[in-house]
Amino acid sequence: MFRIPCPYCGPRDATEFRHQGESRNRPDPRTVTRGQWRAYLYEKDNVAGWTRENWYHGVGCRRFISVERNTVTNETRPAAAAAGAVDPVLPGAEAGAPDADSTRR
Amino acid sequence: MTARYSALSLLSRGLRGRNWPLVWRRHELAPTYDAVIIGAGVHGLAAAYYLAVNHGIRNVAVLDRSYLGGGGSGRNTAIIRSNYLTPEGVRFYDRSVKLYETLASELNFNVMFSQRGHLTLAHNDSSLRTMRWRAEVNKLQGVDSEVIGPDEIKSLVPYMDVSAQTRYPILGALYHPPGGIIRHDAVNWGYARGADARGVQIHEYTEVVGIDVEEGRVRGVQTSRGHISTPVVLNCTAGWSSLVSRLAGVRLPISTHPLQAAVTEPVKVFLNTVVVSGTLHVYVSQTDRGELVFGASTDPYPSYSTRGSLEFTEELAGHVLELMPSIAALRVLRQWAGLCDMTPDFSPIMGETPVEGFLVDVGWGTYGFKAGPVAGEAMAELVATGKTPDLISSFPLSRFADGRLVGEKGAAAVGH
Ligand SMILES: Cc1cc2nc3c(=O)[nH]c(=O)nc-3n(C[C@H](O)[C@H](O)[C@H](O)COP(=O)(O)OP(=O)(O)OC[C@H]3O[C@@H](n4cnc5c(N)ncnc54)[C@H](O)[C@@H]3O)c2cc1C
Ligand SMILES: [Zn+2]
Repeated sequence: MFRIPCPYCGPRDATEFRHQGESRNRPDPRTVTRGQWRAYLYEKDNVAGWTRENWYHGVGCRRFISVERNTVTNETRPAAAAAGAVDPVLPGAEAGAPDADSTRR
Repeated sequence: MTARYSALSLLSRGLRGRNWPLVWRRHELAPTYDAVIIGAGVHGLAAAYYLAVNHGIRNVAVLDRSYLGGGGSGRNTAIIRSNYLTPEGVRFYDRSVKLYETLASELNFNVMFSQRGHLTLAHNDSSLRTMRWRAEVNKLQGVDSEVIGPDEIKSLVPYMDVSAQTRYPILGALYHPPGGIIRHDAVNWGYARGADARGVQIHEYTEVVGIDVEEGRVRGVQTSRGHISTPVVLNCTAGWSSLVSRLAGVRLPISTHPLQAAVTEPVKVFLNTVVVSGTLHVYVSQTDRGELVFGASTDPYPSYSTRGSLEFTEELAGHVLELMPSIAALRVLRQWAGLCDMTPDFSPIMGETPVEGFLVDVGWGTYGFKAGPVAGEAMAELVATGKTPDLISSFPLSRFADGRLVGEKGAAAVGH
């Protein structure tokens, strides 16, 4: 297996996390077309190489985090800080980068 | 050219020692083909074979970046069955089982199809209900499939613990007598040999690195060995299919997940059916050589890595021993992984794409080996006639944009 760098707990075994999917921006449900929404739901980048994705640290801090992983080698590294936000978890919840999130604690 | 295999030719060549003809030949890459198939797994090879045999289209190249059958088609656990949940799924897989039943004589190649029966165990009321549902759908399509109870299970698999003392007691099973296992490599090689004999060119170690699209139409492919012009490109690259489709500008609803499997040391044959437990995430069969073959669910995150993991073996061993405590002393000999192209509805994607001439036969996930013959036959028909055969019309790429997913999850998720 491999380790995932949790911004709150440090590097931990991947078995502690649940994979949540590729990080990308959810289109605004009020303005999105049906085609755009279904593309967002179903289409995947499915990159072979470095990609940014969301994981849920279920056996740790129980937070949703963003990390970068090389899908060919399973190496991981912290997500570049400025590279955007994790997907909102609940409808209407604010998207926040992990750092922003931790200040709300 | 291709020599016919027979008991006599085996014996005489065996005694003389050498001189077996190559099963498929090597060629220079030609500048043009009538069709190019990417991926020399069972899907690509079967499509090539049926293009040549059923439609007389022989100026065809099958390209693979690696060796023939090095993808999922050489790594799967070779379970064949047709007891799916949706009517369209059952019809489709049933046609494949029929083709498999006569494949050895059709190809003059022993594919060792052993229809030893397939058991899907139910450990709770809701899965028993699904089994009942599947059995009825199956029977309506003429597929032999029935729910049986613990006593009958015990008589089919004497080593199984069907007592009520286990953590997940076995309440019943879906029994599918025509299901079984096959020699997967022989299927790949047999199709390759049959296609080669009819003029199809198989090019191993030839990677597709670009696909030429002009005005929405395919014009050719660029490979590591040079350029090819062609009006038809068929993507049969399973775990790599998103990457190959993207070369043509087509995005797919596919995530690539590794699936692991393992075999034990060989022991005297004691298990005559295929046993699957969705609840325990495990399935097991015994090969003619006596090894137990185990599989489980996919790794829980997408990846293109085919490294095995200790978590897999640990979990597998625990679950298998719940079913058959008496095999605790058996040692695992080998463990491996292959890449599976998972779709959101556990159903394949076959047919046309927004790019004219660029066809896909992908999304085979953890269940696509059994579909090789029927998918090859149907895709060949589509290439030759330009019309999508009825048998695959429920599985177009457009169903995701149209919101018409198939919903085979009940039968395919851990189903094998
Ligand atoms: C462990 C395991 C167990 C399984 N068990 C079963 C089972 O019991 N029953 C069942 O029905 N199915 C099973 N499956 C699924 C089955 O193996 C696959 O669905 C099936 O083999 C897919 O066949 P294919 O021909 O589409 O692709 P593959 O056999 O994967 O072939 C794809 C080929 O494309 C080539 N390729 C990729 N990129 C390029 C490129 N750019 N250029 C040229 N070539 C390229 C690859 O080298 C590869 O050879 C299992 C899979 C695994 C991994
Ligand atoms: Zn954490």
